[in-house]
Amino acid sequence: MRKLGRIFIVVSLVVLAVVGASAQDDSGDDESESDLAYDPAKIAWTCPEGFEGQTLNIFNWATYIGSNTISTFEELCGVTVTYDVYDNNEAMVARLRNGNPGYDIAFPTEYIIPVMIREDLLVPIDAEKIPNLANIDPRWRGMFFDPDDEYTVPYMWGTTGIAYNTEKVTEAPDSWMDIFEYDGPVAWLGDPRTMLAAALDVLGFDPNSTDPDEVAQARDFLVANSANLVAVALDDGQALLERGEVDMTVEYDGDIYQLIADCECETYGYVLPQEGAILNIASMVLLNGGPNPELAMAFMDYVLDPYVNGQISNEITYPTANKAAIEGGFVDEALLNSPIYPNLDEIPGSYFLEYIGDADVLYNDAWDEALILIGK
Amino acid sequence: MADSMAKGGSGYADRSAPSVSTGRLRRDRAINLSGNIGMWVLSIGGFIFLWLPIVLLIIFSFNDSRTVNEWRGFTLKWYENIFNDVIGAEARFSTALMLESLRNSLIVGVAATAISTVLGTMVSISLARGSYPGKRLIDGGLFMPLVIPEITQGVSLAMFFTLSFGALSGLIGERVNFGFPTIIIGHVVFNISYVAIVVRARLADMNPRLEEAASDLGANPWRAFWRVTFPQLLPGIISGALLAFTLSLDDYVVTFFNSGVGTTTLTVFVYGLLKTSVSPEINALSTLLLVLSTILIGVSLILQRRNR
Repeated sequence: MRKLGRIFIVVSLVVLAVVGASAQDDSGDDESESDLAYDPAKIAWTCPEGFEGQTLNIFNWATYIGSNTISTFEELCGVTVTYDVYDNNEAMVARLRNGNPGYDIAFPTEYIIPVMIREDLLVPIDAEKIPNLANIDPRWRGMFFDPDDEYTVPYMWGTTGIAYNTEKVTEAPDSWMDIFEYDGPVAWLGDPRTMLAAALDVLGFDPNSTDPDEVAQARDFLVANSANLVAVALDDGQALLERGEVDMTVEYDGDIYQLIADCECETYGYVLPQEGAILNIASMVLLNGGPNPELAMAFMDYVLDPYVNGQISNEITYPTANKAAIEGGFVDEALLNSPIYPNLDEIPGSYFLEYIGDADVLYNDAWDEALILIGK
Repeated sequence: MADSMAKGGSGYADRSAPSVSTGRLRRDRAINLSGNIGMWVLSIGGFIFLWLPIVLLIIFSFNDSRTVNEWRGFTLKWYENIFNDVIGAEARFSTALMLESLRNSLIVGVAATAISTVLGTMVSISLARGSYPGKRLIDGGLFMPLVIPEITQGVSLAMFFTLSFGALSGLIGERVNFGFPTIIIGHVVFNISYVAIVVRARLADMNPRLEEAASDLGANPWRAFWRVTFPQLLPGIISGALLAFTLSLDDYVVTFFNSGVGTTTLTVFVYGLLKTSVSPEINALSTLLLVLSTILIGVSLILQRRNR
């Protein structure tokens, strides 16, 4: 037994050493391979005077910011930034509800913002302190969750659309009907609001309807058009597509882009339905109880700098709400031409899944009923 | 294994051949054999059930593909990505953030383990040796953290801290806030129970006469404890501490709800990566953690063996 233990330790140490060594060997190569050469000299933004030695506390997803964004800000302003992470909007709100432990900025998705405003978790921003707000595409201003642009600074957006296998689906889909009527295996997204909104949209109702009759019709529509449904995918529609279990699926842009980028092939396509794409957008917000709102707003202004913003968009591969970053040529051509950067002018009916309060129950019930009737 | 059982069976048959009918004997042997095979299958099955997912995780941490659908060849690139900030669509992994969260996890783990091991050991000794009113109540209450849902524990602790910090801020006129101390206290709360239960199991096995003998021979209670009780308890205390450390590293709910600025632990960091579905970097990181913790357990096993 003692011998076994020793062998075990030796083996483990060897594994660790190999891994460590291989990690070090390649550290040089990776940077030279990267075509996202980072050059802080291209940043037009300058830090306002008087922040030296101060601290800023950011609350965000772990992978939702550029790798140099924070360190450059620290250098430019002479400040220290603490970056903590959360894994979903609900967890972040739950944490703040128990008393903000000292965060200045968070990055909530649109639907949770009305909840945060109602629960007094946010404080208004001072637009005069953020001159780079002018860089934002006007399309992303005055949205339902913040009609007067009091609380939010738009960050990155995204879409939900139809991902498909180009080898099996010869004619590119362009409507929700194409997935409902497709002659072959398809998957739906396991999100009640998304699928019922698609049905409502096809039926000509408001995708954010709170009318029980309309939602019931949408439910019946889903049931009636489920003959080709083989799976309701929670977060693995792209995997079903890759395994060939389905030819078409309703998916988020980020997930499908990973598949496209990974396979380096033409096999997968992603399109938005002509009826209207389902949009989402994350915004920077100023948190109630944050110790340093002034520096927080300086940071927001910095993130809105065209170069800084373009770099973030390139790295995290989400489309930016910053028009100046795109027009300044700071967003990678390859990304701009990929399906995750759709031209929304061509899809005028696009909409958000808005906050509907208690009517959420309506959707959850209708969805459960639909799944039972379909037998999934 | 089945072979040796069959041999044992035949030996039995030889000895008792005169008094028992061969039919019954054969039946007994069959039952014996099938029972043993059944147990063997069950234990192997259980073992596979426990280890297969982990083995798969390790294998796929070397897979040259972002998804687990197919094996596309051996690669160490996910391990490299952990140690180099990788950006772009390829991967998104912040090494600096990971290392910092690892450091935070170790701070919390070591502190919470140290405190809860001392307190848990004291509690178990007091419950086993002491006699005072309310002992049974405390005994029962000790199990509470094991049965209360973690989310209840996390939220109630956070509420408690918020309320007491509010009162405290009013008293001393300075803002008191969440941070490492609140996370560590949260972990100590559930760890005490685990340590106390493990140590108590060890205490129950010990012979109390040894302590009495030490007292008879003139040792005062303090000396009797350190020279006689403690050395015998040590394996239990070490197991309890290891268990506490593992639970502490593992915890997400209590940690997240009682976290402060700059206290992101490794578990919280890994959850935070989920914005962009599960990446193979997480498999690689989990494998490294698994290797590390197995080394820890291996070392402690060897230490315990030497001590005996």
